[in-house]
Amino acid sequence: MRNLFKIAIRNLIRYQRRTLLTASLITIGVVFVLVFVSVSGSFKTMITGQITDSMMGHLQIHRKGYVASIDNLPLNLNMKPKAYRIIQQALAADAQVEAFSPRLKFGGMFSNFTETTNIRLNGVNPEAEFITVPLLSSRIIEGKQTLGKGEILIPALLAKGMKVKPGDPVVIVATNADGSVNGKQFVVSGILESATGPGGRDGYVHIEDAADVLRMTEAEVSEVAIRLKDFGRLDDAVLQLQNKTAGEVNPQGQPMFEVHSWEDLSPFFNIARMIDVMTLFIRIMLIAIVLISIMNVMIMAVYERIREIGTIAAIGTLPGKIRSMFILEGFCMGVVGAAAGVAIGALVIGIVNLIGIRFNFGQQKGLLLKATLDPVDLLVVSVIVIVVAVLASLQPAVKASRMEPIDALRHV
Amino acid sequence: MALITAAGVSKDYRTEEVTVQALRGLDFEIEPASFVSFVGPSGSGKTTLLNLIGCLDKPTAGKLTVAETDVALLGRKESASFRGKHLGFIFQDFNMIPVLTVYENIEYPLIMVQNIEPRERKERISRMLAAVGMADQGGKYPHQISGGQKQRVAIARALVTNPALVLADEPTANLDSQTAYAVIGLMKKMRDELGTTFIFSTHDTKIVGEAEVIFRLEDGQLTGKELKGGPAHA
Repeated sequence: MRNLFKIAIRNLIRYQRRTLLTASLITIGVVFVLVFVSVSGSFKTMITGQITDSMMGHLQIHRKGYVASIDNLPLNLNMKPKAYRIIQQALAADAQVEAFSPRLKFGGMFSNFTETTNIRLNGVNPEAEFITVPLLSSRIIEGKQTLGKGEILIPALLAKGMKVKPGDPVVIVATNADGSVNGKQFVVSGILESATGPGGRDGYVHIEDAADVLRMTEAEVSEVAIRLKDFGRLDDAVLQLQNKTAGEVNPQGQPMFEVHSWEDLSPFFNIARMIDVMTLFIRIMLIAIVLISIMNVMIMAVYERIREIGTIAAIGTLPGKIRSMFILEGFCMGVVGAAAGVAIGALVIGIVNLIGIRFNFGQQKGLLLKATLDPVDLLVVSVIVIVVAVLASLQPAVKASRMEPIDALRHV
Repeated sequence: MALITAAGVSKDYRTEEVTVQALRGLDFEIEPASFVSFVGPSGSGKTTLLNLIGCLDKPTAGKLTVAETDVALLGRKESASFRGKHLGFIFQDFNMIPVLTVYENIEYPLIMVQNIEPRERKERISRMLAAVGMADQGGKYPHQISGGQKQRVAIARALVTNPALVLADEPTANLDSQTAYAVIGLMKKMRDELGTTFIFSTHDTKIVGEAEVIFRLEDGQLTGKELKGGPAHA
């Protein structure tokens, strides 16, 4: 095998310019794929992280039917305290769950005593919420990084429009499930940077304050946001929780709860899917580049070396070894192209990070893209290139091995 | 026992319109350790016959036995194995592998065909390089040596596997007369030392005289056989 490699490598060096051009083409292809995969993947991961870690959590549990009416924030579809305790116990016992946060969502009127506007609010337990959505605190651009009873976090656009700043008193007025109206005074504890996606422009109050405003003796729960220990096992976790909660039925025998991952709840998931599709097409393009370029080179190599093939066949080289000789040439070219591509790709990604690409995503301005290279991507791209290089060499190699030595020796 | 026996060997080439009879019912025997030449004008069938003996082609009719093997019965892989085991080839255009050095060209059949272990390989190659007078040229590539030197390397490559038979199709056609004589002389010397049978084709009347058995071919038929001594026919 060592000798087959030696001959293959020397034959590649023999046609230096051609080998260099082909390897360069493969390298450029690999670099483009890696940079695209890295940048798009990092963008996807970053935005997904923003969505899940700053507002949604990895997955959520609602009372059955709530999600379909979520835009109305229906108080009549909240989980009663007893129902929530079932969920609470299940989540506390689940080894996959890192943290969870019950929310009481409601809509109300926000008044700064001179003007009034609409607001959507989450009543939360601040400790649980800040663990479940750890980036929430980083969205507080003004004021305290905490939320106490009697305090309210309000979105930046509302604060700007209503000319409210941390420390200002405001009033929240809301209609409860019975239709009666109640109000409560709060102090603005902080201003939240708006985020793109569901709940990105919601304000936050303590869950007990929310229950007060809505005149609930014990807080009901609209949704439970959940953070997993391993985000990579999201589908598995959703399935497990669906199975766990499936047994809980209401007096009518209908399921009480519904479990949704962030993918079901955020429109960004469709963008993420589109990025995946684009990545697939880019990979297909790389395969085409490698396939066509190596096949072209190997067909030429076989044609140019017909007499050599005749010679080695005449002196007794078995067809299998002749085949291997050409396949190894393709393999070596694939390895060189992939290795150079990975090295240059890593360098380009390093430069991209050094320059620092900033972008806006909806209301989130100046997000800094940190492009990373996943070792799995490196491996997959390299393996694709090498396997395709070998496949591309197969036809010319088989042709070479099937040549009749007598015909090959006659070739001029 | 004869190394090669031909009984009524014919070879036809068929195209869509015509059939060309390249060889017509040849009968001959060649003894081991012979130094044989097939002579004749272009188109007389020399190369065709050498290709049949070399298991590169199959006769259309008749029986051709080489080293006790009916070559017509060999499949594609068996033919390759047979060639690698029993035969050596010297070509008119030297047919060196350009990416390998002189040493590696000679080493090639030992590694790729016979799978000889490294120590014995080295020993055999050194012996062959010395025998063909190329001991100090092993590191050179084919494009760095002359035509005569290339043919010496080809002889070494053909002999390094210890074949029973070496076939040389017009081995001196691309050499000047002095080098041609030197190459034929070297082949003879190697026959003397190793007892290998050499068969070469030529249309050079001066070179023919160096052979010990001369078969004359014309229009695919044997028209004469001349014996000029040699150990096989003493």
